[in-house]
Amino acid sequence: MSLGALALVLLGLTAITFAMTRMRANAFASGARPRDVHSRPAYHAVRAGLLALVPALFLLLVWLVIGDGIVADRTLDQLPQAAQPEAGIERQAFLTEMRSVARGDLPAAFNPAVNEAVPIYRETQASWTWLIGGLVVLLALIGGGYGWLKTAPDLRARTHVERFATIILALASLIAILTTFGIVLSLLYESLDFFSRVNPLEFIFGTHWSPQTAIRADQVGSSGAFGAVPLFWGTIFIGAIIAMAVAVPLGLMSAIFLTQYARPTARKILKPLLEILAGVPTVVYGYFAALTVAPAVRDAAIAIGIDSASSESALAAGVVMGIMIIPFVSSMADDALSSVPGAMRDGSLAMGATPSETIKKVLVPAALPGIVGGILLAVSRAIGETMIVVMAAGQAARLTINPLDSVTTVTAQIVQLLTGDQEFDSAKTLSAFALGLVLFVVTLLLNIYALAIVKRYREAYE
Amino acid sequence: MATQVTEAAAEEAHVREQTLVHDEIAFANDAKMTARDVDVFYGEKKAVDSVSIDVDSHYVTAFIGPSGCGKSTFLRCFNRMNDTIDIARVQGRIELDGEDIYDPRMDVVQLRARVGMVFQKPNPFPKSIYENIAYGPRIHGLASNKADMDGIVEASLTRAGLWNEVKDRLDDSGTALSGGQQQRLCIARAIAVDPEVILMDEPCSALDPIATAKIEELIEELKGRFAIVIVTHNMQQAARISQRTAFFHLGNLVEYGDTETIFTNPRADRTRDYITGRFG
Repeated sequence: MSLGALALVLLGLTAITFAMTRMRANAFASGARPRDVHSRPAYHAVRAGLLALVPALFLLLVWLVIGDGIVADRTLDQLPQAAQPEAGIERQAFLTEMRSVARGDLPAAFNPAVNEAVPIYRETQASWTWLIGGLVVLLALIGGGYGWLKTAPDLRARTHVERFATIILALASLIAILTTFGIVLSLLYESLDFFSRVNPLEFIFGTHWSPQTAIRADQVGSSGAFGAVPLFWGTIFIGAIIAMAVAVPLGLMSAIFLTQYARPTARKILKPLLEILAGVPTVVYGYFAALTVAPAVRDAAIAIGIDSASSESALAAGVVMGIMIIPFVSSMADDALSSVPGAMRDGSLAMGATPSETIKKVLVPAALPGIVGGILLAVSRAIGETMIVVMAAGQAARLTINPLDSVTTVTAQIVQLLTGDQEFDSAKTLSAFALGLVLFVVTLLLNIYALAIVKRYREAYE
Repeated sequence: MATQVTEAAAEEAHVREQTLVHDEIAFANDAKMTARDVDVFYGEKKAVDSVSIDVDSHYVTAFIGPSGCGKSTFLRCFNRMNDTIDIARVQGRIELDGEDIYDPRMDVVQLRARVGMVFQKPNPFPKSIYENIAYGPRIHGLASNKADMDGIVEASLTRAGLWNEVKDRLDDSGTALSGGQQQRLCIARAIAVDPEVILMDEPCSALDPIATAKIEELIEELKGRFAIVIVTHNMQQAARISQRTAFFHLGNLVEYGDTETIFTNPRADRTRDYITGRFG
């Protein structure tokens, strides 16, 4: 029995249960007073339908996950001792080949033992599929029948359905969280592998970054260096210093203009326009940085007599990143300023303060925690930003405070380390995971801290 | 015939809406602030309709009336706080010592230094107690050095009856005080720039009875030194602390007179109905 057919049968059984239960519930619900019937017929029907569907579907899903393993095990058990593959890679290869032949992807296997195993595999698979298919149908029948039988005026079907809905919603939210955990775990796993090859202290405090590992021992440049400080510096230099030097003043000033000075109609037009900036794909900012701003920066630098200016500069990447972050800073500052109570502003104006004095001396100080929180969130976005730095910042890992030099960042290095063919057991490739882990931890801490500030600040005014 | 009836009805309505101003205060020449035919619009809606009133320096003037009668809106005309509301428009003439405050030559910053305001909800700045008081003197350049400023802060807090409660913690945040203390801090803040008029917009409506009593005591002490105009919902409060009372209803000034007369022998039916609790 194929999976599709099984699913159809299951759906059919659910529908039948639904319809039959509905009829049964209608029989006692029609004409009855609401206080005598706990749930309306639709709830009874949904409840019975779920009883038919959910356990059977669960069994089916479990089988889909672990079924093939069981079939493979049983197949190998039936083979003569001599034909059985050894555990490990050999077993994997054997099973892969066997499955390909069984599916018809391969006309015949190279390993003669596999060719012998294929008919046994097919047979085992078929019998197990029938067994499980039967079980699924049986489960659906039992569940549906039980639901149908239990349908009675005083059955709390509505409560059960509501509870089921709650559980489904909770599971949906859990999936996102669990996925994040999974990502972190895999990051940790690969990073630990990396740190077993490279000393963590050297990674975090070393100042020389030259990620390469030799394939042959006698190769030139066989000794890689994994001191990530130049990358951390490049990231901070571009994301937290240059970008923020652009984004903080511009974002803050535009927020002040929008909240305090702009007329409602102007605000209605300007605010969405600014927010559109946030929706521009970062790769577009990347072009802009690499093809427009970077050459302009270099030409300007040469024009004022700095001949060593590079065509890939921290300045170009940082400035464009800052522009990208402006809407972010502006909207956080806007929120912070708007949540300062109007009474504060009125109080200051009524003292005879001008609007700009009011902003400078009352509103901004009052909104400061919110603004700082917003800036920290913006920093955490900026240091995780990839496209702009990959395209415009360059690849040279160097410790420099000259904004016209090319520098590289953690994210740009990760891209470089993982693009193209890579061997996943070399320190070079694994270092990308360690870099990712550092980035993850730093942005996580920044976010937690920033959100805590913003939250505490909001509470102060509620 | 039908037209005549309508005209008569219109005339009657007009008489009913006329302001009754009691003789003893009929527009004195030495009024601190005068308002003549003031209309306030919120967009299309007329919130205050042709109100004329004189505010005398030596008295506490109370504005009473049911919610939405325009009394707070009218009060905010006296220091042009309605300017901060985009859709609000003020017509008519308001003078401070004979100067038109809506004249383009009138500087709103100076006006507000002369006409201070205390709001319904205490709104201390999120700064220290000291900085709350020093805020006004600082922006108007009233103190030349630290000692001057210390003097102003102490004097203002003393006059507001708050000095003894806060003198040991002037660096604490103003928002950490209790509601009643916050409101007295706001009054101290207003008197720190030595204004001529203080407008109070329901200053006790967010306070408990004990804090309210303290504010009332304070108003009693400030009387005579500043012209005080207070908007209140609480008729007993108006009777206790004011010498002049103006009753507003539906954007009109219905009756304006001596507080005692208004409360014991009002002339307009609407005033009597409101004071005896028949509406509002």
